[in-house]
Amino acid sequence: MSTIILLLITGLGLGALYFLVASGLSLIYGLMGVLNFAHGSFLTLGAFAGWELARRMDGSSWGTLIASLVLGMAVGAFVAAATEFLLIRRLYNRHIEQVLVTVGLALASVALFEGIWGTDAIYVTAPEWLSQTTEILGARVPNDRFLMIGAAVLVLLGIVAFLRYTRFGLIIRAGVENRSMVTALGIDVRKAFTVVFAIGGAAAGLGGVLASHYFGYVSPQLGGSLLIFAFIVTVIGGLGSLAGAAIASVVVAVLQQFANYFWGGTGDLMVVLLLAVVLLVRPTGILGKKA
Amino acid sequence: MTEIVTESILSVAGLSASIAGQQVVEDVSFEMLPVGVTALLGRNGVGKTSTLRAIMGLIERSGEVTIAGQRVDREPTHRIVQRGVGYVPEDREVFSSLTVAENLRLAERDSSPNRQLIHELFPDLTDRAGQLAGTLSGGQQQMVSLARALVNDNRVLLVDEPTKGLAPLIVMDVAKALERAAQTVPVLLVEQNLQVVRMLAEKAIVLEGGRVVYDGSAEELLSNEALTKELLGVA
Repeated sequence: MSTIILLLITGLGLGALYFLVASGLSLIYGLMGVLNFAHGSFLTLGAFAGWELARRMDGSSWGTLIASLVLGMAVGAFVAAATEFLLIRRLYNRHIEQVLVTVGLALASVALFEGIWGTDAIYVTAPEWLSQTTEILGARVPNDRFLMIGAAVLVLLGIVAFLRYTRFGLIIRAGVENRSMVTALGIDVRKAFTVVFAIGGAAAGLGGVLASHYFGYVSPQLGGSLLIFAFIVTVIGGLGSLAGAAIASVVVAVLQQFANYFWGGTGDLMVVLLLAVVLLVRPTGILGKKA
Repeated sequence: MTEIVTESILSVAGLSASIAGQQVVEDVSFEMLPVGVTALLGRNGVGKTSTLRAIMGLIERSGEVTIAGQRVDREPTHRIVQRGVGYVPEDREVFSSLTVAENLRLAERDSSPNRQLIHELFPDLTDRAGQLAGTLSGGQQQMVSLARALVNDNRVLLVDEPTKGLAPLIVMDVAKALERAAQTVPVLLVEQNLQVVRMLAEKAIVLEGGRVVYDGSAEELLSNEALTKELLGVA
């Protein structure tokens, strides 16, 4: 029983990281139809920004952790908004060019990060509580899992509130459904594009700092490794569906944990099989809408 | 003696448009009256909807589009709308996952939107403010679509087949709403229902093969059975 609890909560923690990346991917695709392969770079840059701040302050204090989370979000949001404004905006409805530019940006940014911070993993320090465990029904669960889950829940609630109660949120929800009709109501939908990129970048930047604490290190490849699973989550959840991304994040991460433990490290294989089954049975994903 | 206002509110000169490389509007030119309803007519597939979409900048186009003396053909759609153009698209295109109230709120551009007018024209929408637009009937969705255009003070309305697929009773409701709207704003109306055209339009423009083949009085056109049959395929 304790193993089940441990795997479940660890899966939820990993799912929280997947969601932080996938939420932005899903919103960006839903509104703009852009598959953003550079999204992992926002995560990595957020993680490095958080680490840079933490090493200049007392890395073991809660104040530093919170400041690094805020900085990671801010850096992720700024870089994502700049990417949309400078590169993506010129390429709407040109899907091949979008893929080429975002893949190129992802590759170039990893090389840039390696040039600045080196190729080796850099270990991070955190408040002591995060490296301790809490006993739940006999399972000793690492405390950092609770931080991941709490942060992802807050981000989910924050995005839902933003979408439901703000004018930008209204524009984004309408734009996901019918972008050209939004412009036909006199709304410059490009502003919403930048806002969505910024929100996605902020979530990825936050995810980057949290991922560095989950894995215990930050490296130039951090974003890329999470991005693959975030894309799978986005497709399984349904492109453009935030709720779908949340559900799929949990399903994928928990399946991964259980398969790794019970079926000899086959977690990644099981996730790919799940993706194949979903695409065969329900090509639009769990909550995706038909084209 | 009453002064006759003849200055055009919307004029189109040499307008051509294409969709996915296929020419759908070819060298269309016309002027729209600054008052009342101008009907844009023609058989199915002659380019009426494409003409409206080209004016709105929703499809690739070339040629001149002038609204109240200002060239707008190089402007993006949202800027054209902000100049005071209300657009009611074919097939309504309401946001089905938003409520009726959200659909209307999204459309509000003015600091003091015409909510009272919307309530008077479509009281049913007030009662259904919290209902998802996707769950409304076709007629109710058309009311939302019209209300989105009427909630602002526009210089001109472009209305595309507002009675398409509606029950006869609802058709008359929509026609009355348009008649009321046309008292304050000129309307360019694409419409297949000639009874509605007879009721509303002073001027008619007929397209054939993407070109203008008639530009004149709606009454003269529709009272001439042979000409109506020749140009529109119906009498």
